[in-house]
Amino acid sequence: MSLVGHPVPHESAREHVTGDALYTDDLILRFPGILHAWPVLSPHAHALVVRINAEAAMEQPGVVMTLTASDVPGEGDSGSNRHDEPLFPAEVTYHSQPVAWVLGESLEAARLGAARVSVEYRPLAPVLSIEEAISAGSFHSGPFHIRRADAREAIAHSPHRIAGQLAIGGQEHFYLETQCAIARLDETGDMVVDSSTQHPAETQEIVARVLGLARHRVTVQCLRMGGAFGGKEVQANPWAAIAALGTWKTKRPVRVRLPRHLDMVLTGKRHPFLAKFEAGFDGQGVLRGVDLKLYSDGGWSVDLSDPVLWRALFHCDNAYLIPALNAGGWVCKTHKTSQTAFRGFGGPQGMIVIEDILDRVARTLGLPPHEVRERNFYREGDSTHYGQPVKDAGRITRIWTELKRTGDFEARLAAIADFNAENEHLKRGVAITPVKFGISFTATFFNQAGALVLMYRDGSVQVNHGGTEMGQGLHTKIRQIAAQSLGVNPDAIRVMPTRTDKVPNTSATAASAGTDLNGAAVLDACRQIQSRLIPVAANLLGCEESSVRFENGSVFAANVIGDDTSIELVKVLDAAYRGRIPLFAHGYYRTPEIHFDPKTATGKPFHYFAYGAAICEVEIDGFTGEHRILRADLLQDVGKSLSPLVDLGQIEGGFMQGIGWLTVEELLWDAQGRLATAGASTYKLPSWPEMPEIFNVSFLERAEEPGVVFGSKAVGEPPLMLAFSVREAIRAAIAAFAPASTNPGVIALDSPATPERVYLALENVRAFRPATVGPVAGATRG
Amino acid sequence: MRSATAGFEFLLNGKLVRNNAVAPQVTLLDYLRGRGLTGAKEGCAEGECGACAVLFVGSAVGSARHPSVYRPVNSCLIPVPAASGCEIYTVEALAESGKLCDAQRAMAERGGSQCGYCTPGFVVSMFAEQFRQCDSGFDPHGLGGNLCRCTGYRPIRDAMQSLGPPPDTPMRRRLELPAPTVDPLRYETAEGRFSRPCDLGECLNLATERIARVAEDDAVQFVAGNTDLGVMTNLRHRRFRHLISLDGIPALRGFSDTDDAIEIGAGLTLTEIGDRWPGAPDFFRDWLRLFASPLIRNRATLGGNLATASPIGDAAPLLLALDAELVVSGVNGERTIPLHSFYVAYRQTVLQRGEVILSVRIPKPLPDFVRFYKVAKRRVDDISTVAAGIAIRTEESGRILTARIAFGGVGPIPLRVPDAEQAIADGDAERAKDILRANIRPMSDHRGSAGYRLSMACSLVDKFNWEYRKRGRQ
Repeated sequence: MSLVGHPVPHESAREHVTGDALYTDDLILRFPGILHAWPVLSPHAHALVVRINAEAAMEQPGVVMTLTASDVPGEGDSGSNRHDEPLFPAEVTYHSQPVAWVLGESLEAARLGAARVSVEYRPLAPVLSIEEAISAGSFHSGPFHIRRADAREAIAHSPHRIAGQLAIGGQEHFYLETQCAIARLDETGDMVVDSSTQHPAETQEIVARVLGLARHRVTVQCLRMGGAFGGKEVQANPWAAIAALGTWKTKRPVRVRLPRHLDMVLTGKRHPFLAKFEAGFDGQGVLRGVDLKLYSDGGWSVDLSDPVLWRALFHCDNAYLIPALNAGGWVCKTHKTSQTAFRGFGGPQGMIVIEDILDRVARTLGLPPHEVRERNFYREGDSTHYGQPVKDAGRITRIWTELKRTGDFEARLAAIADFNAENEHLKRGVAITPVKFGISFTATFFNQAGALVLMYRDGSVQVNHGGTEMGQGLHTKIRQIAAQSLGVNPDAIRVMPTRTDKVPNTSATAASAGTDLNGAAVLDACRQIQSRLIPVAANLLGCEESSVRFENGSVFAANVIGDDTSIELVKVLDAAYRGRIPLFAHGYYRTPEIHFDPKTATGKPFHYFAYGAAICEVEIDGFTGEHRILRADLLQDVGKSLSPLVDLGQIEGGFMQGIGWLTVEELLWDAQGRLATAGASTYKLPSWPEMPEIFNVSFLERAEEPGVVFGSKAVGEPPLMLAFSVREAIRAAIAAFAPASTNPGVIALDSPATPERVYLALENVRAFRPATVGPVAGATRG
Repeated sequence: MRSATAGFEFLLNGKLVRNNAVAPQVTLLDYLRGRGLTGAKEGCAEGECGACAVLFVGSAVGSARHPSVYRPVNSCLIPVPAASGCEIYTVEALAESGKLCDAQRAMAERGGSQCGYCTPGFVVSMFAEQFRQCDSGFDPHGLGGNLCRCTGYRPIRDAMQSLGPPPDTPMRRRLELPAPTVDPLRYETAEGRFSRPCDLGECLNLATERIARVAEDDAVQFVAGNTDLGVMTNLRHRRFRHLISLDGIPALRGFSDTDDAIEIGAGLTLTEIGDRWPGAPDFFRDWLRLFASPLIRNRATLGGNLATASPIGDAAPLLLALDAELVVSGVNGERTIPLHSFYVAYRQTVLQRGEVILSVRIPKPLPDFVRFYKVAKRRVDDISTVAAGIAIRTEESGRILTARIAFGGVGPIPLRVPDAEQAIADGDAERAKDILRANIRPMSDHRGSAGYRLSMACSLVDKFNWEYRKRGRQ
């Protein structure tokens, strides 16, 4: 029986549905005397902290202590790279930034205590948008450049040229479980932190840094997360550090949990971007050259903004050959939350621009956008703008052709044209868009993973690895890999909570690479154990080593046809133990053959590409600009699926999250730099009715990926960008509002496509006015 | 009414629990989690995500087969004493004798959970939907009050649609018995008071009595569903010294449908209104569906939505278009207030201190063509950018006799625009829009710009006309 490739439910599904699955904050009853922390928030986006007087807080019943800079025994900074995130800042650099923390016997006591801390500020002028940052020269980083040929020259000599810009809004992660950490001292007086973190090793590093301890004195554990999506890759660290500091000072357990509105005002989001572009192309819509400037809003600290911007630059080609390309990028420094990793990690912001450009190219020429896209596809043998061969480029066309057929694309185009001719106030649009997404951390050294597999004499197994479970099904896949490779029943495999004392120096669970890396490390460990058991089993079975087969808790001598010569695995294990053979192993994996040189911006940063495409059909209400999604057809290359139910969930969920980013979810800041959409009532996620009425998802067949664990492919991020089909379908529907037999021309539509933005675009099209570019959420003050 | 009690009790997962120390404004969610029932989660603390959903046993009305029904509600928006005398089930109780219930099994097997954090809330809502004992089948929007960030909902939809009728389990047989009745309560701790009178006179006296004794007037607060007040408590940390619950007063829970009027008790929840008025016209049912989410509708009352006086509340625009009146009562007696003169300024009404809304009267005959429009970033369970109620009375020929047009989201209060109504009645939509442009001064905020709001006010007039003409053709 093959366990790998079987559609099994999530390994914690039973615990999820009964409420038995524990998340960090569910542990608090286990720690009597636990203290609760509440921050003192700055009422300014940019100000000097002149004086903090916390005496009054101590008069609040239940307040135990106030934490300020002088309480830090180590370095009071949680910034992972540049050490640019002071936990107790002398200069406030975003609205509501904590300047002190109050510990109380109850959350209410801590909150009331925090309200009594008086802080004197000297306000300074804030920078609150990308445009302001550009004019003020306020940058964290850049410019970074990737260049191929002479783009300006190519554009200048092109038969057709367009220029424009696109403002791209950010996105709140809105993991259902907000940031949470519980710190306590262990039996030896050292630090243990339960943290909802994607990167326990880095959380350990930051806690050790703040406390001034060697890392071996700090253990970080992540049970599971209630969603993360990149938002807990580095941004879990400050809360763990504050909890640990509180514990270090009071010797009592301390809980830091951000309620939703605090989580939203304090933590970073997907980067808003501003893209400015010029493109040259021929009369068939084939690109000759593109000149592109990408500005990201990094917020107050650099965080992961540099690699996010790099990934945007790597992905500004999406699935298209751009013969001459000049792509430059800047990370703007603004007085807002520190934007961070979010599913796609800059890829979506790079790819949306070329999709926007190609739709403009098509409408400039009056050609069908899907044909223009198709003409620009990479073909086998092509290389990207950073010099990496586009492995399996033929899959782009294969997926495209197959999806157009299964999704009935051409027939629906015709049906929609009929519908639109008959309806004045409702118009439909359909679009198909491709995805090519590079898999690997672009910082090459992160592409390593470790595992520790412990087999017990009764045949049960503990699997430890460096990856964290955030709902993506990593532990489910790990369990399948371990059960298959050890030949045991999945019930015999226990995937342990992720802890830094089992596997050290691990990478974040990110970049869609959780299974590629950790699965391969677990496989390595399991194979080591099995290779030690084979001689023992061969001896017991009296057969050749090459014919020993482990399956479902038994060991078979495979060459005895018709004979059921087998023994129970426990007998082999017992014999191995008595033979003094170790039943545990550490596994290790590093992704081969990847490299990138940022100086020349060339190399092979990705192990492979994941491909996909989507067709989407929408209907727009011309009175209001509202839309609904009638149908979506998705085709995704997941290699040879390790766990089809899990992979299906990643595709559907990623697609819906992309729809949210592109249509419903809008971040707005007010003139003071305060987040105006800081809660579930003002910031809307896709809900039940945003789900397409018809929703078809399939995997690309015959897609096994050699050199990746069991031939699978990463699936966490790529499907998010399938949602471009929704945005492009909306643009197609907008174009359909043009007066009969006129070409509406370019449809400029900033992102997200809220009813208001769509309505504005509709009014332009109906009035036959050239499009104007409006403000964008996140990039300007609302 | 009994004198102040030392505590209160309720049935929690089949066991009686007594409380005498919990502060009255602690949420039921925090209370449950503090008892180790951590299946219910806090996702937003404002009733938007449903991760905290639990079941209350409520009285069924209408065509239900059984006297009781499971009503899923957001436990983050319920002060613990409001649960006094109630019967509550959490997700932990749904697997009977260790056997997963249908909703749990379907969710687990079909990939309905990924991170699992929202899952208990979905299971609770789905369980209630399966046990709703309704002949009309599953409400496709029955889980509309639960948010999931991982799955994209498709496997959850499939899980729900896979469920059959409720199996014959103790949880189903429980519904054959009546729901608990609401008893009076007086509860007080050092942190504050919670009273639940069950007699109108007593309620009004209680409010006045407290006002006489407490200097800060807003320390005393009537509360019904607590779906708006709870947000203030949770997010803005408002604390009231004395909450007076209206849950137990029969005078607020009536419903009548006569030749003259529909009279809806102000204390009925929106769900109950739907159940009590099976013959409600389509526009009314459509409006109910757009009103918040099922989890909110199971607690929120019509009176509460009007009294809270939000300029973007869902109730006012439609009820203004229907010429609704409010029957209110105070220590000085009863009076009737036309809804169009109820709102005076942002979040202010003509209600005097100690006055409560008893009922909402919608005069009959109802207008001939009515629409409620809600323009929002999200199609359901969003707060409107602009909402409009438009109603016309017509001759048999189709000629318009009178019109009503009322908006939310275009000013500090929900408002009617009488001059525009006259223009619509005259059949002059362009003039109506000119009047709106001249008279409405919306504001710009995170829900929409002033320009878009004004455009929508006009555009909805066009949409109404289009729909009316379209109906005429059919």
